[in-house]
Amino acid sequence: MNSPPHFICTPFSLMACQGLASGETLKSLKAESETLRKKLEEERKKLHDVELEKVAEKAEALGELNMKTRRTLKGHGNKVLCMDWCKDKRRIVSSSQDGKVIVWDAFTTNKEHAVTMPTTWVMACAYAPSGCAIACGGLDNKCSVYPLSLDKDENLAAKKKSVAMHTNYLSGCTFTNSDMQILTSSGDGTSALWDVESGQLLQSFHGHSADVLTLDLAPSETGNTFVSGGSDKKANVWDLRSGQNVQSFDTHDSDINCVKYYPSGDAFASASDDSTCRLFDLRADREVSIYSKDSIMFGAASVDFSLSGRLLFAGYNDYTINVWDVLKGTRVAILFGHENRVSSLRVSPDGTAFCSGSWDNTLRVRQEGRGVGRELKQGGTTLYG
Amino acid sequence: MTIRTLRDYGQHYRPRMACLKNVEVFVVEMQDPKSGVKGADQKLNVTIIPHVINGQDVLAWIVTKMKVTTEEAQAFGTMLVAYGYIYPLQNHRKLVLVPDSTLYRFQTPYFWPVQKWPAEDIDYAIYLARRNIRKKGMLEPYEQQHYDNLHKWMNPKWDFIVMQATEQYKANKERKKPDRVVLDCQERAYWIVHRPPRRTHSAMDYGLDRLIDPNAEEVLTFDVVRRTNIFLTQALMRSAVKSSVSLTAFVKFVTTHHNHDPFLTTPVPSNPWITDSDEFWQLNSRSVDIPTKLSVERWVLSFWELISDPRGRVDFKLFLKKEHSAENMAFYEAAEEMRWGAASAIPEKSQFIFNTFLKPGAPRWINIDGRTMGLTVKGLVVPHRYVLDAAQTHIFLLMKKDTFYRYLKSPVHKDMQKRALVPAPHVFTDAQLEANVRNRNPGISPILQWQQEEEEKAAAAVAARPIDVKAMVATNKLDRK
Repeated sequence: MNSPPHFICTPFSLMACQGLASGETLKSLKAESETLRKKLEEERKKLHDVELEKVAEKAEALGELNMKTRRTLKGHGNKVLCMDWCKDKRRIVSSSQDGKVIVWDAFTTNKEHAVTMPTTWVMACAYAPSGCAIACGGLDNKCSVYPLSLDKDENLAAKKKSVAMHTNYLSGCTFTNSDMQILTSSGDGTSALWDVESGQLLQSFHGHSADVLTLDLAPSETGNTFVSGGSDKKANVWDLRSGQNVQSFDTHDSDINCVKYYPSGDAFASASDDSTCRLFDLRADREVSIYSKDSIMFGAASVDFSLSGRLLFAGYNDYTINVWDVLKGTRVAILFGHENRVSSLRVSPDGTAFCSGSWDNTLRVRQEGRGVGRELKQGGTTLYG
Repeated sequence: MTIRTLRDYGQHYRPRMACLKNVEVFVVEMQDPKSGVKGADQKLNVTIIPHVINGQDVLAWIVTKMKVTTEEAQAFGTMLVAYGYIYPLQNHRKLVLVPDSTLYRFQTPYFWPVQKWPAEDIDYAIYLARRNIRKKGMLEPYEQQHYDNLHKWMNPKWDFIVMQATEQYKANKERKKPDRVVLDCQERAYWIVHRPPRRTHSAMDYGLDRLIDPNAEEVLTFDVVRRTNIFLTQALMRSAVKSSVSLTAFVKFVTTHHNHDPFLTTPVPSNPWITDSDEFWQLNSRSVDIPTKLSVERWVLSFWELISDPRGRVDFKLFLKKEHSAENMAFYEAAEEMRWGAASAIPEKSQFIFNTFLKPGAPRWINIDGRTMGLTVKGLVVPHRYVLDAAQTHIFLLMKKDTFYRYLKSPVHKDMQKRALVPAPHVFTDAQLEANVRNRNPGISPILQWQQEEEEKAAAAVAARPIDVKAMVATNKLDRK
């Protein structure tokens, strides 16, 4: 058998790069752009027959939520920039500004592995689906995969594998459905899909006109798309296979710091420096809800949905976490506790808790709890019940 | 402590501080003589300082204006102090809003964050030099360190700096005492925000710069415009769904998953994070004999939920085995492996899949329509990771639309529904909870679990291989004697 082609090129990019045909000028192309845009707006307006608030009237109201910090993970010496859960629902990998990447068992608060990267500002980290490796990267412009080992004394840096190579800082990375592929986003304005074993570029995604700050892979059964958000205020949806931009949303007023898919895969939420979080409907191709309040003036850095998609947790630059009712658009709770920006926030894979990492060097795992438990001080780590 | 030199990692542009625009509007409202926070003159060390406000008033004003709780107003007030819009008069290094009679003042707009940002090192040098001239030894240790560093790095400009500092010092002496004190406080507050003391952080710390200037106008060359046109044309061709349809789907999803969301419905037996007992995870694990009722209910919701849950997939495979159509799931899994697997494994995997599932007379031949089969086999000549997409989608839809419903009606599933556990909710006493905390189960390392799963998969693959009759005869296994 011949060696498989790795790069899948589309005919469209080739079409676009051809010289101007006769009768075409930049002006005429721009005019065509305008007419197409207007037409698209009209078409979408026709389908816009109801607002989310109206449809959500049927949904029952949420009771009062009482969230408490259940674990505080202390151990990073500098700002925590990113974190990810393991599929076993209890382990976490977190990365910080000083180059340290720590794997914790959040349930027991033990540190299981620690890696020191040869770079500072490790802005992206991810746990492999198998639980056997982690990926991280930042100012070194690379994404490196570290296989984890059962031997506590083993030097993980020895088996490190450099996978992704960008021309500027790495802002986000995630494994796809297996340990063998990584999707990365970078400050150079591109995202890319890489083969871990060979380090080869499988597909690259161009289209953002400024730094790409975040990405998320679709959870749906077809699992063929991902969404990325950038400094150009746009959130783009890409097809993994063809590398094409299939949908684009540009209603935000400032940099998009985080995007996350809705659990069903039919929508996604975004958090932006303009202090709002928004919900975008992929099937209707429009923004359906804005989560904002006059009293929230500082940028949102990170979002995630609860398992049912009813709650949206968002971490902000004013050190708070706001919990929104996705359907009704109201804020359900505001959580304090961090002493600096909340940089990353993720709900655990089975939805039992969520973890927030902050620039105050700690991570907090929080959960809903009605009056259970008590406080117990245990050797430096305070546990709240 | 290092000086913030222009660390050039190729980044040049600051992230936008859009938030500050709204904050400034708010602060202006706060200073309104009629409706804003009431200020008064305050005597401080012999001088009388005008327009002094106290923390309590500020907090009360925020609560009324924004209609929020005290806690939230406190957090917002602290942000105002942290960004330097309001500064404390006495404990000037602690940038928090204390809701009592602690004294604060509004910062003059000249020193607002956006006006003079980033704070230049040369200005800081002039400021420190001036303080040094005024009274030697007045600098704090961290400031002294800064000063020494700046003196080293800015040596060529030092004469200019000293000259500026002297001029400013002389000009200051001409001023009246109250004005001087106020100006001193303002400038000191400004520098606390932009050059924070040791072990404190500055709210002005925004992280890294951006590479590409987000404020730059996108240069619209003809290929960019053409690409946009192609994108828009494709978007027009793509059919979108009515809002009422897609939004109703969201509400439906939320409603059906309501009972499965641990934030909305307390999980049984208990949430591991609250009671420190990991029984919840153990009962829902892949290898458990009898699953919980909640899990089984979740499998019914959709085919995707069924196969996403590892325990559910096990159940479904059991059903398929009974139906003798296990090859569909096996093919789906093999295709998934190829799609998400390593590039180097593609030729080998495609060969294996062809021999096992697609070749005429294959041992686990899958039943797909002729056209798809033809396309797939043709594609396998030069295999790439997406070559099985068409066949995989066909099989998936077949399982989703047909096999899944038969599974739901099957005795395997009905039996499981009956046997499914409803664990009793935990009721722990305080002493038991404390014991739980001490005895938290470390669980199995995911690496070990993965190894176990791989071994199981290998064993299953061996078991699924076609029986070689000749080999069995050779080893006398078929011999009835």
